[in-house]
Amino acid sequence: MQIIYTDVLVIGGGLAGQRAAIGAKRRGHDVIVLSLVPAKRSHSSAAQGGMQASLGNCLGAAGDNEDIHFTDTVRGSDWGADQEVVRMFAHTAPKAIRELTAWGVPWNRVQRGDHEITVNGEKQTVTEADAAHGLITSRNFGGTQKWRACYVSDGTGHAMLYTMSNQAIAENIPVHERMEAMALIHEDGRCCGAIVRNLMTGELLAYVAKATCIATGGFGRIYRVSTNAVINEGMGAAIALETGIATLGNMEAIQFHPTGIFPAGILVTEGCRGDGGLLLDAQEHRFMPDYEAEKAELASRDVVSRRMEEHIAAGHGAQSRFGEHLWLDIRLLGKQHINTNLREVKEICQYFLGIDPVTQLIPVRPAQHYSMGGVRTNHRGESPQLRGLFSAGESACWDMHGFNRLGGNSVAETVVAGMIVGETMADFCDSTAGALNISTALVEKFGRRQQQLLSGISDTGGSESAFELLKLMQETMTGNVGIFRHGERLQEAVTTLQSLQQRSQHIRLRSSAAGANPELVAAYRVQRMLKLAQCVAYGALQRTESRGAHFRADYPQRNDLEWMRRTLATWPDKNAMLPTLDYETLNIMNMEIPPGWRGYGAKDYIEHPDTARRQQQIDSVLQGMEGANRHTQQETLMPFKHLLPPHLRGNNQRLGDEQ
Amino acid sequence: MKQIPVKQLARTLHIQILRHNPCDPQSEPRLQTFELEEADAMTLFIALSDIRENQDPSLQFDFVCRAGICGSCGMIINGRPGLACRTLTKDLPDRITLAPLPAFELIGDLSVNTGKWMRGMSEQLETWVHSQGLEQASIDTLEATMEPELAEQLYELERCIECGCCIAACGTAQMREDFIGAVGLNQITRFQLDPRDQRSDADYYQLVGDDSGVFGCMTLLGCEDMCPKQLPLATQIAFLRRRMASV
Repeated sequence: MQIIYTDVLVIGGGLAGQRAAIGAKRRGHDVIVLSLVPAKRSHSSAAQGGMQASLGNCLGAAGDNEDIHFTDTVRGSDWGADQEVVRMFAHTAPKAIRELTAWGVPWNRVQRGDHEITVNGEKQTVTEADAAHGLITSRNFGGTQKWRACYVSDGTGHAMLYTMSNQAIAENIPVHERMEAMALIHEDGRCCGAIVRNLMTGELLAYVAKATCIATGGFGRIYRVSTNAVINEGMGAAIALETGIATLGNMEAIQFHPTGIFPAGILVTEGCRGDGGLLLDAQEHRFMPDYEAEKAELASRDVVSRRMEEHIAAGHGAQSRFGEHLWLDIRLLGKQHINTNLREVKEICQYFLGIDPVTQLIPVRPAQHYSMGGVRTNHRGESPQLRGLFSAGESACWDMHGFNRLGGNSVAETVVAGMIVGETMADFCDSTAGALNISTALVEKFGRRQQQLLSGISDTGGSESAFELLKLMQETMTGNVGIFRHGERLQEAVTTLQSLQQRSQHIRLRSSAAGANPELVAAYRVQRMLKLAQCVAYGALQRTESRGAHFRADYPQRNDLEWMRRTLATWPDKNAMLPTLDYETLNIMNMEIPPGWRGYGAKDYIEHPDTARRQQQIDSVLQGMEGANRHTQQETLMPFKHLLPPHLRGNNQRLGDEQ
Repeated sequence: MKQIPVKQLARTLHIQILRHNPCDPQSEPRLQTFELEEADAMTLFIALSDIRENQDPSLQFDFVCRAGICGSCGMIINGRPGLACRTLTKDLPDRITLAPLPAFELIGDLSVNTGKWMRGMSEQLETWVHSQGLEQASIDTLEATMEPELAEQLYELERCIECGCCIAACGTAQMREDFIGAVGLNQITRFQLDPRDQRSDADYYQLVGDDSGVFGCMTLLGCEDMCPKQLPLATQIAFLRRRMASV
């Protein structure tokens, strides 16, 4: 088996992986990026509407800053997020966008003068200031107090990923394309690289690295209806889980996006609603204000998706030959706006639905969209259990989204996390802990194990079809572990998944094609996906409360008293039929914002006694600090800057600030 | 909105695929036909997945986003390059012939190595902003301004998804392995337009001022006709040629 040596191995060629790679490379370390597909085809490219960063340039963003971005994100998370991480993120997001600007992303800019905008179905005229002309503009998104989503038409992810990839090429970072990490090599709690399969030839090889970073994105494809690309099968999270040592955090926290086109599940951006689009029912009645008086279509995604499903269940869905759905109406935005700011949406409607959204309604229904959970890391992106293992982006749970992510916070997170975790890995490689002492015998052992696993699948003597098992898993997840969850249905899902796990040990391959063999790929992936699905279903079953996107019809209240806890899943025994769940407490007494009402959604929650205590503490601290600036106040309540790499600690300048 | 159900007989599609697995020394390129019952709103993504799952699990093809965004699934569909994921079978006749994109290394069946080709093109043309002191630039201070219209023009050229359809549709690319094609030339015009890139026309001439570059184009316009993103490729090439001819 060929062994390739490098300092840093990044698994995943999306925004997070490539930015982490650039960071480590700039610190003088050799880096190799592995990618299932050509890096520019990664799922980051599918992000449409925008990247959240509190630049505060345009009128709708005036007065925005890190504090408001922080508050919105914590509320969005339904207090499930790690507030220190959210602070690090909100502080670094403007830097991330400015770096990308220098690298070439053609962000849409503020145009001085009068503009017609659409708010609450009505036209208004706003006037942008001369001083802001030519700075990066932003649009409105759900769950935010300001227009904060910076965008490149509705191809934001595409523009960001191309710029990032080109920068990685400029930095001479090799991307080994069509390579799949099959297992992490580890010994005595130290990760030292991965066994990798070449998806063109089927050959196994080993990559030995001081630092290994999982940046493989989400695992939406465990669901039948998902906006995710077909490659989002969670193999990075799965190989971390299969070490039996690394933990996965909050796997039950799954986001459903309100506007997947029906029935294909292809995403149309939240920017449609941010720019003034409306949700209508079968009678073409705008129903969201009936449920959410204040935020209407622009409440957070978990709330809007739930309201939509509730409305369909109440009999207001539009009928079609594929089932029921609702309508997204962007006609009121006008042709000019759609043709310039929502052109990908227009193309998607045209090609997949055969409609023109300038004159016709778009059929939509919530679809699985994002995995808040993932490989548990600390605020620096390090696995607390497995030294030398790191994770960044959607595949990680460091944990800035808690139980619901805000739109536009994911692409922002990818770049910010890449900026931070790249430095963490460089620090690690520079330190004595980074030195690697590894025997090739160990590498061979892990390689042989994968080889045996693959030949075992080709020779089970069973009769199951990998594709069939995949379908059954996806049906189970969409049917039983979706937006509305219930103990009985979750129990049913856990049992079904267990039986599928058993059946997946008896797959029969019909093809023995030379090379990668797509059927073999499906077979080993479905075995791993079933484990991830089980972490989601079992974690959801155990979490007897409702928080963010995790809604239990049988436990409809958020329960801070018992559930200010993050779920940690491990799979120590490879023959076990369930993950081992453990929990870590989120300490309210360390929070900058103790749990409260989000400003949208249900107002009904069970309070923790610490909430009042912490609030009192905060109030008295702030009382003694009248006149101090916001940075000093914040620093006193919950210091975070020391957690950031030194070059990312500076304050962010905004329009009107002194340089 | 009640609809009267009308029973329509589903079409049987005859999908003929050019098969070859270079990993298998026994494999000979051949055409193989699969029959498939057409479903509502069926795309070639759905059809090919169905064939792989139910008829021939060894069939190789590439899909990623299945939404026309990532550029993975370029192939020759009834003689014309296009994105398979957003091609609806209802827009095609009963007999559909699929072949891999020419000019790229074949991985197997409909899967070709566009990634390797595009990376080579990017390295050759240095498709990134060339700017002094990029690493030292402050990321704390206000970003440099840009005219809103210019940003929109840049995005217009940056919408390219590197799917390879323009290369497959290009006469020169079939004859000259080193021709960088419309995808490459378009990217040069994108960076030329970008004030952040400090390269001069003389620098660009070094990159594209010969027959492997802008002077290799025979103006057959296949690239623009076949571009799934309708990029103004012919105009950009003509513009670039004029600029380069005057260097």
